[in-house]
Amino acid sequence: MTTTTTATEVSSSDLKSIAQFVENRSAILCPEDKYYLFEARLRPVLRKHEVADLGVLAAALRTGPAPALAEAVIEAMTTNETSWFRDVHPFEAIKTGIIPELVAARGSTKKLAIWSAACSTGQEIYSLAMMLDMQFPELGNWDVSLHGTDINLEVLAQAKSARYSALEVNRGLPAQYLARYMERDGASYVLSERIRSRAKFEQLNFVGPWPVMPRFDLVLCRNVLIYFDIDVRARIVRKIRDTLSPGGYLVLGSSETSIGDVDGFSRVVFGRTTVYRKEAR
Amino acid sequence: MQAMVIDDSRAMRAILRRIVTELGFDCTEAGDGQEALDKMKAGEVPDLCLVDWNMPVLDGLSFIQAVRGTAEWRHITLMMVTTEGEQAQIVRALAAGAHEYVIKPFTPDAIEDKLQLLGLVGVRA
Repeated sequence: MTTTTTATEVSSSDLKSIAQFVENRSAILCPEDKYYLFEARLRPVLRKHEVADLGVLAAALRTGPAPALAEAVIEAMTTNETSWFRDVHPFEAIKTGIIPELVAARGSTKKLAIWSAACSTGQEIYSLAMMLDMQFPELGNWDVSLHGTDINLEVLAQAKSARYSALEVNRGLPAQYLARYMERDGASYVLSERIRSRAKFEQLNFVGPWPVMPRFDLVLCRNVLIYFDIDVRARIVRKIRDTLSPGGYLVLGSSETSIGDVDGFSRVVFGRTTVYRKEAR
Repeated sequence: MQAMVIDDSRAMRAILRRIVTELGFDCTEAGDGQEALDKMKAGEVPDLCLVDWNMPVLDGLSFIQAVRGTAEWRHITLMMVTTEGEQAQIVRALAAGAHEYVIKPFTPDAIEDKLQLLGLVGVRA
């Protein structure tokens, strides 16, 4: 199902229309200070339904959108929320399989570099940072670098600030971590400086030129590739492969179990999670 | 699996009941900690309790301490669901024996996320 493709500029009244539509259909409130999330969440919907931009989408929602478009908007705004330790099992695989293996393999250099390739507001990379701090005290004297990238500058700004609402900290952050690593500041929760300072963030558009990247031992690129066509997906996976050290791991989203025909990886299963290990050449 | 929602707000009990019922639990309710203990002593022992902190008669923290102090109830998973969001309060609840903690207001997903962490519901594909 497609709709008009004429591009228009998005205005605050358009954003309000989208918020109103989501609220009417799902009862999920979208306050103005969260409007910046619309672009990141709805971008894949715009692409899939061939809608030029948020202004066009707002117009379509006001005049009665096609059911498939309406459903996609609601789904994007209500189920794609970033949560801490999202999907649980990949983090179990990282904790019980990947990190112990990397710790053993990198013991001579004591260096570990991890990249959250579509980091959104930071929950994924900070979940890892807290997990490493709590579960792997032996990494205390290692050089552990944590990188987060996203196309959206506004989500990156929140990631850098590491400031979250109660609604956000409720989403999957275990109470032990909440008590140990979050400090309350008015109505917000701020991740402790000790953890926050370990992560660096920068903008990256997967289909644009990539900045110079360090070599990574673990890359998480979850729930992003599904929005690209198969050729672009393969191109991105090849570029990620080239950033990985031999023996390094790529973790995809739980519904993205295939890397297509990209070579140079072995498929490894940890419990309920399938990941990809870059082969040594 | 049996859940018990313990909250003095009827509206909040209804919201939580709907969420856990949709996740596959059978659900009972109590309006305060003492009513919950009375039901449990009468044989209505749940697998999961969602417990408010501030309630008349017996508050949530005292309820958790009472459950943790009773050997035959040690298997019960206890999740605090409360407006008390200070770090010190969270630490107190965990020290008393709460397994998880949700700060009001919350979205239904938050309850599901926490129950996934506790292994009480599966992760959706």
